[in-house]
Amino acid sequence: MTTLPATSRSLVRPPHRREQAIEALLFLAASLGVVTTIGIVLVLAFQTIEFFRLVGIVEFLTGTVWSASIEPFRWGVLPLVLGTLLVAIIALVVAIPLGLLAAIYLAEYASPRTRTAIKPILETIAGIPTIVLGFFAINFLTPVILKPLFGVGTFNALSAGLMVGLLVTPVIASLSEDAMRAVPRGLREGAFAMGATKFEVVRKVVVPSALSGIMASIILAMSRAIGETMIVVIAGGTNPQLSVDPRESIQTMTAFIVQISLGDTPQTSVQFKSLFAVAAVLFTMTFVLNIISNRIVARYRNQYE
Amino acid sequence: MTITTPKRLATLAFVAALVAGACSSSGSSAAPTSAATTGASSAPGGATAVPGSAAALTGSVNIDGSSTVYPITEAVAEEFQKANPGVKVTAAFAGTGGGFKKFCAGETDMNDASRPIKPSSSDTADAKSEETLCKAGGIDWVQLGIATDGLSVLVNPQNTWVDCLTTAELKKMWDAASTAKTWADIRAGWPADPFKLFGPGADSGTFDYFTEVINGKAKQSRSDYTQSEDDNALVTGIAGDKNALGYFGFAYYEENKDKIKIVPIDSGGGCITPSKETITGGTYKPLSRPLFIYPSVKALKRPEFAAFVRYYLDNVNTYVDEVGYIEATADVLQKSKDALANALK
Repeated sequence: MTTLPATSRSLVRPPHRREQAIEALLFLAASLGVVTTIGIVLVLAFQTIEFFRLVGIVEFLTGTVWSASIEPFRWGVLPLVLGTLLVAIIALVVAIPLGLLAAIYLAEYASPRTRTAIKPILETIAGIPTIVLGFFAINFLTPVILKPLFGVGTFNALSAGLMVGLLVTPVIASLSEDAMRAVPRGLREGAFAMGATKFEVVRKVVVPSALSGIMASIILAMSRAIGETMIVVIAGGTNPQLSVDPRESIQTMTAFIVQISLGDTPQTSVQFKSLFAVAAVLFTMTFVLNIISNRIVARYRNQYE
Repeated sequence: MTITTPKRLATLAFVAALVAGACSSSGSSAAPTSAATTGASSAPGGATAVPGSAAALTGSVNIDGSSTVYPITEAVAEEFQKANPGVKVTAAFAGTGGGFKKFCAGETDMNDASRPIKPSSSDTADAKSEETLCKAGGIDWVQLGIATDGLSVLVNPQNTWVDCLTTAELKKMWDAASTAKTWADIRAGWPADPFKLFGPGADSGTFDYFTEVINGKAKQSRSDYTQSEDDNALVTGIAGDKNALGYFGFAYYEENKDKIKIVPIDSGGGCITPSKETITGGTYKPLSRPLFIYPSVKALKRPEFAAFVRYYLDNVNTYVDEVGYIEATADVLQKSKDALANALK
């Protein structure tokens, strides 16, 4: 092999070993994410089972009182789930219209110059550290705006939800805009040829055609809102209640995890194990949402490609 | 009042640290023991070094514990570090109980406490007392009384109806078996609006003390209230809600007089407002209580830490006034100094 000229060497025999090593390295990099996820699932599952040895699964899933640090301990996860969903729903009520309108403007109305200027700015919102948004919520949004208008308490689901809504708006705007721009030109031009106005084209052609992409963006935004932590820790409070009044203080699953992680809970305690059970619920919720979103995106890709 | 801004910043930094802590919480016990920072530098004569003396002290001091005591420790630490730029003092406020867990695991040099350490006699099958935990961890301590606090009950300034509360009414509000929801449930004639409760969480010595003297048993409390180990968060909560009521250390009231209203307490001898006079004189009952620091005997072998604790006791009265607590009696302080001298022998 060493006697052959360099040019013909590769034709005769490719350097198998190095190729294989590189391929293995790439495979390792790709599988790292998968392995990490499997590891997380295993740890969650193991500790959650430990928790259910001490606390009945029925009590956990159907109980309506959550008191993890003050005796008598009560382990009904519903108030935490409800608090989480309340914040996520308020967030979506804000983010869906805002995000969709922004997406429609960017995809259909804005000139290319405006679009290149606005889109990065919009996406910057998603990059603001959430602790900043949390402080904005508790020091400005709650006392200056929401209290005079709705008489909210210092810590409340509304303020947290609105701020999370602002945070996830770019998710919906950006992904929906991509979906709308992927709608083939021919469909629009066909509609224009039939005498449709621009708004009719948007309403009756573009949005329905991009609907699966839009749905996927909304579900991703919801998953992001459910997992959001810092804003709800600061603005939402630490009072788990079975209440749907957004003016009341609540506690989300993520905020509970922060609270218990803070107090140096011993690893053998029920409280410590309850973290994993709550995290498992949280993980399941976001995992299912992400799968649904992936399914929808997959279907939407098949449509035009 | 003078330390408001640094405290705010400290709170902010703490919340940020809390996020970082929460993220890395699963598994590893992070905090390194500061014993590692001293090395072999501690010469026998070093232990007698005083702040500002020629022998420059270096190293770090790690403190956690009561959020009630925290303002005093923070003020002492600030001044001590000015005199000894080589020593880095880190103070946090996980709560008395939360702090003792770290202290007994050897992760901190000193614990701030708003109640005495729980003795081994209070061990139960599923919960070991702090004394037992510390002994298991090989940690010996010295209990040093440093100041007196009047645990205070606070309401919003717009609350015009509460001008005094009896201890029985407090129990009606906070007891584990309480079904009271509105002010009218507490005293006839008060508004039928629901009250919102704010208080420390179960890791807090203030929580232990309040529940013990008001509800009759430590840690026995209703749980449907907003809990936080950060007293500034409680101040914010009460200041922002007309129907709020909460409790915490007197200093946090002194510092926020313009935002919240203090409630006189009647334990049978008439309504008494907590103040320097009523707390020292013993008429503000039963919520007056001593505050402590618990330095580790092992850590006291390090000259920079010994110097810090000595500085603490020598100057504590200045800072106690500054942050709004009440000086310990001369007798208590002398006992603390003697105990420290004894431990340093």
